[in-house]
Amino acid sequence: MAKITLNLISGRTISQGVAMEGGKEKDLYRKACGIIEMDDADFKKLGCWKNTNVRVTSPYGTVIVKAQETSQGPHPGVGFIPMGPWANQLVNPNTYSTGMPTFKGTPVEVEVAMDQPILLGVELVQKACRGEV
Amino acid sequence: MTKTVTDVVCPFCGTLCDDLEVSVTDDGKQILDVYNACAIGAEKFLHSQAKDRITRPRLQQPDGTWKEISYEEAADYTAKMLAGAKKPLMYGWSSTNCEAQSMGHEIAEMCCACVDNTAAVCHGTTLIAVQDIGLPTCTLGEVKNRADTIIFWGCNPCHAHPRHMSRYSIFPRGFFTGKGHKSRKLVVVDPRVTDTAKMADMHLQVTQGQDYELLNAFRVAFRNEWLPDVVAGIPKEKIIEAANIMKAGRFGIIFFGMGVTQSLGKNHNIDEAIAVTKDLNEYTKFSIMPMRGHYNVTGSGEVLAWQFGYPYSVDLTRGFPRYNPGDTSSIDLLTRGEIDAAFVIGSDPGAHFPISAVKQIAKVNSVCIDPHITPTSGVSKLHVPVAFVGVETGGNAYRMDNVPIDCRKVVDPPAGMLTDEEFLTMVRDRVKKLKGVA
Repeated sequence: MAKITLNLISGRTISQGVAMEGGKEKDLYRKACGIIEMDDADFKKLGCWKNTNVRVTSPYGTVIVKAQETSQGPHPGVGFIPMGPWANQLVNPNTYSTGMPTFKGTPVEVEVAMDQPILLGVELVQKACRGEV
Repeated sequence: MTKTVTDVVCPFCGTLCDDLEVSVTDDGKQILDVYNACAIGAEKFLHSQAKDRITRPRLQQPDGTWKEISYEEAADYTAKMLAGAKKPLMYGWSSTNCEAQSMGHEIAEMCCACVDNTAAVCHGTTLIAVQDIGLPTCTLGEVKNRADTIIFWGCNPCHAHPRHMSRYSIFPRGFFTGKGHKSRKLVVVDPRVTDTAKMADMHLQVTQGQDYELLNAFRVAFRNEWLPDVVAGIPKEKIIEAANIMKAGRFGIIFFGMGVTQSLGKNHNIDEAIAVTKDLNEYTKFSIMPMRGHYNVTGSGEVLAWQFGYPYSVDLTRGFPRYNPGDTSSIDLLTRGEIDAAFVIGSDPGAHFPISAVKQIAKVNSVCIDPHITPTSGVSKLHVPVAFVGVETGGNAYRMDNVPIDCRKVVDPPAGMLTDEEFLTMVRDRVKKLKGVA
């Protein structure tokens, strides 16, 4: 199966904000943040349909999210995961002596993982802390 | 019949909108609807009414289940944890009021804790840059009444500060900006074509992570010096055109966000953005303002600064305040495994810290004070639900332009629930006894 490399950034979306206030243990939060927004051109390179589950892997971790067509593009070569536990499995924790991790600009690999489940927000963090993901 | 509470302050983002109207039942106990708020603010008010809300502290058992305990027991646990720890971390503070922050700092001083707020993952690098070279800034009222050139750099207010543009920066008709958005030029710098960028007169789709180069190119363009054909993915002609727009306005402002603070370069990106602002003041009046995220992260910085001298990453382990981001900042402390107890209030590092730092919170004794169930509460040993500040209790908060605004109480919290300040006062009294402080 094809693998593509993207530059990952994360940030707020209004649906992330609404879902976060609505409850991070709920399915709506997973639907809002357990996604990666990708460009049409990158979908073609990856060779998969939109709304397919994918595994995103960085030098710092790995996570399953749903690949969605970007609503704020085009941005070929750039992947966007809304801020939250899914993005934070992947980001570079190095602060380079500023106290701030490098949340934007993480190189990631994306591959299709159709049969793998996307975990709920609280569940994902609990499992990651227990070393189960 | 219902009644309406007016002039309610929204406790979501740093815009701190103060024109909300909330309709409540006649007995004033239940919120029915929220007017004037953005989707996120409205959800915050409405979710406080959720039937499945946790209303009592709960202790996590070894098998992962929760045992309900009283607030007194929770305060005992928290006080013992903090008083007994060698290097406790007290993190968060941005979604609570200044009164609770101040009470928390009293505890921190007695327990020789590290105190940090969510600037650690949003505008901490801005604070470093401000200490480096200062900040020519203004209030949002000045923006509304005077600004005719608006730059959004690495921020997306359409999503993150949804009413910022309608209240202050783009659409309102101010004293000198009577034509509203028609009298304003909007330039957006962002690697994505964000919904904010779609509204702009000019969008510069900068190559991600090359903001410093582009900011530097602007400084060259202002001086009409030589520029390469393309800088950070933007053609020279477009940079010069944008530079001329900035110079031509009567009053301009750069609003900047996580795009510059979290990308590589970090505080140096902000240094350069502030230097751009300084340069522009040779030609016109220009200001710069960070788009602060949590509604009271600015307040936390203010309270920390007037009490300890530093706005975030304050280390009190030696009994006096020290500040050295990278050393005393929470993510570095966590990833190096230096802390032995974690106290989290008014924020959710479980969701918003890199997972390697969250694992450390899960490893040590931890208390999470939060009205919601969050990833942080999910990995903490003790979860203490409290009343929502700005909904169920008032208190002071600082807007992103450092203007303090008193939040209003709209309804009572569920019976028997405490506020942040009340719970922290209980903890403070217990810590005093444990430490033998008079």
